[in-house]
Amino acid sequence: MQVEAYDGPLLEVSDLSVTFRRRGQRDVHAVTGVSFTVEAGEVVGLVGESGCGKSVTALAITGLLPPRGVEVTGSARFAGAELLTMDPKQRRDLRGRDIAMVFQDPISSLNPVVPIGVQVAEVLIRHRHQSRTVAQREAAQLLDRVGIPDPNRRLKEYPHQLSGGMRQRALIAMAIACQPRLLIADEPTTALDVTIQAQILELLKELVRELNTALIMITHDLGVVAGMCDRINVLYAGKVVETAARRPLFAAPHHPYTVGLLNSIPRLDAPRGERLHPIPGSVRDLLPWPEGCAYAPRCTRRVEQCLAGTPELIPAPDGRNYRCVNPDLERAGVPA
Amino acid sequence: MTAEPTQQDPTQHPTQDAVDSGASRGLSTQPRPPGPFGQRRAERIDRLAELAATPPDERGESLTRETFKRLRRSPMAIAGSVVIAIFVVIALVGPLLTPPPAWLSFLPLYGPTAEVGLDQIRPGHIPGNSADHWFGLDHLGRDVLSRMLFGARTTLLVGVVATMIGFTVGAAIGGLAGAANALGGRVGRWLDTTLMRGIDMLLAMPPLLLAFSVAAVLGRSLLAVMIAVGVAAVPFFARLLRGSMIAQAHRDYVLAASSLGVRRPQIVLGHVLPNSLAPVIVQATLTLATAIIEAAGLSFLGLGNPDSRTPEWGTMLAQAQNQLSVRPELAIYPAVAIIITALGFTLLGEAMREALDPKLRR
Repeated sequence: MQVEAYDGPLLEVSDLSVTFRRRGQRDVHAVTGVSFTVEAGEVVGLVGESGCGKSVTALAITGLLPPRGVEVTGSARFAGAELLTMDPKQRRDLRGRDIAMVFQDPISSLNPVVPIGVQVAEVLIRHRHQSRTVAQREAAQLLDRVGIPDPNRRLKEYPHQLSGGMRQRALIAMAIACQPRLLIADEPTTALDVTIQAQILELLKELVRELNTALIMITHDLGVVAGMCDRINVLYAGKVVETAARRPLFAAPHHPYTVGLLNSIPRLDAPRGERLHPIPGSVRDLLPWPEGCAYAPRCTRRVEQCLAGTPELIPAPDGRNYRCVNPDLERAGVPA
Repeated sequence: MTAEPTQQDPTQHPTQDAVDSGASRGLSTQPRPPGPFGQRRAERIDRLAELAATPPDERGESLTRETFKRLRRSPMAIAGSVVIAIFVVIALVGPLLTPPPAWLSFLPLYGPTAEVGLDQIRPGHIPGNSADHWFGLDHLGRDVLSRMLFGARTTLLVGVVATMIGFTVGAAIGGLAGAANALGGRVGRWLDTTLMRGIDMLLAMPPLLLAFSVAAVLGRSLLAVMIAVGVAAVPFFARLLRGSMIAQAHRDYVLAASSLGVRRPQIVLGHVLPNSLAPVIVQATLTLATAIIEAAGLSFLGLGNPDSRTPEWGTMLAQAQNQLSVRPELAIYPAVAIIITALGFTLLGEAMREALDPKLRR
């Protein structure tokens, strides 16, 4: 591709909307007007509860949403090339080579009846047009690179013979096989236990630094984001409600939803016996955006004005944007 | 207006199909075939396809491995395997012993067409079992045991070839339909619908009737019996493999593979198909049993192999009809042999199906 001369952002998503249409049922607006950019080598977080549109955003960008019953509008430009209208064949060439994804559940994302080595080599054969033997050799190096001990033995093993952490490492190996310029990690640590989570995050950080890959981190865990992301987009009900660089976001979250997410993380330094602080209600209790702020029904800072139509994204001096008519400005200084 | 069905499980396709309980579990959203027969059978086939699509349990063992572990503990599977093993040995060795080689000439076995006891046959009298003829003689004075042993080979051949015909043609149609439906876009779904409506038409017909019609058209020969029985098995295999493939196509590893740019033909052949075959293999075992019974049925009704040089249990049963009042054993021997053999395959097949069913796992 003739993208070398391009000097804009690596990925520029603007006004992306995804609507699921079903005959006889109301349309589901999974994502509405989401915009963000990712620079080369940057780590960007997409944060929010289950059902807020994080994964759908990622699937829409990569063109992995099923063609039936889904309407995707807006634009997603990868190195200047529009992904949403791209020819599916061309997009398939791009996937795995320039854009790769790591999924949440490593056991179901690996084919149970195909050895690990074959699955890793498959990507190399597909995009690098390598022979089977060369691809297998490189697959061993890749497994070694992602910290799987004794890679030559592991190549011949099946997914069920690996531990959860190793499976996720193998998936990451598949994703970085062609040194993609953009890696999308969709809740890569959710299915793993805490110690392994830390290792996988460390591995991702390392890879991003070494390969100069941009990373989109999709997670509901602000703890994950705090350690990794340069810029964070908080999503609620398919819209960005706050976007900020890491420090300002954690130092002074403006949107009550971000505040709620931060408060709901259990703290080790809290007094013993103190209750956790969940956000009341669930994502299902939302208001349709056109009628007001979708978060209003769960919000502790709700005012009359919240129900007067969709709040605009308000830019703040520190480079952040937030979508709230009654932001939590006094809370500046909340410890992250 | 809510966004709730978007992603409880973020790795799952929040598609129309996934929301639809049928498609996400690998069932057809298409209308069911007409008629109570076709419908009940179609449901059973779909259930089998669905079973294999259920993710492996938390131990993370592969489905095949787990299944074999359970099979080893199942008395049903062991009994079935033993019966099948004995049957196969007889089918392979039997023709070599009829007539027996010189060093085994003490065995009272003869060629399948040798009318060794013709002089002992009189109207209204057929001699029973004796030291020279353990299972007695038939109406032409041929040794029944020899013919039974030889017939085992023909029966096995018919069963295996018919099942292979059904498997190959059915899997080809079902595989094509499944691949087209799951990954083929608009044209693919059209192709799938066309193929499967044809299959549904076959499925609506009772299999034995279908086999009769085919055999009647093809004429009387061993090959005709095989083709007739095979054709009757085609719709089962086709529907099963299609359902199984569609179920697999909605699994995460297919999404993961396509997220890495793997081409669709490679996804179908390298990922979806290998994972879809387990229920089809189970069905093949069960089909072997019905194929043997159906072949015997065709022979019994006179559509079978007319060549007396290759005796077949069903033909023997048909010929024994006329001697039923004189020598009922002539019918009993092949009938019992057919029943035991079919039972063996059914036992193993059912045990395999149960082993595959996570609901029955402990």
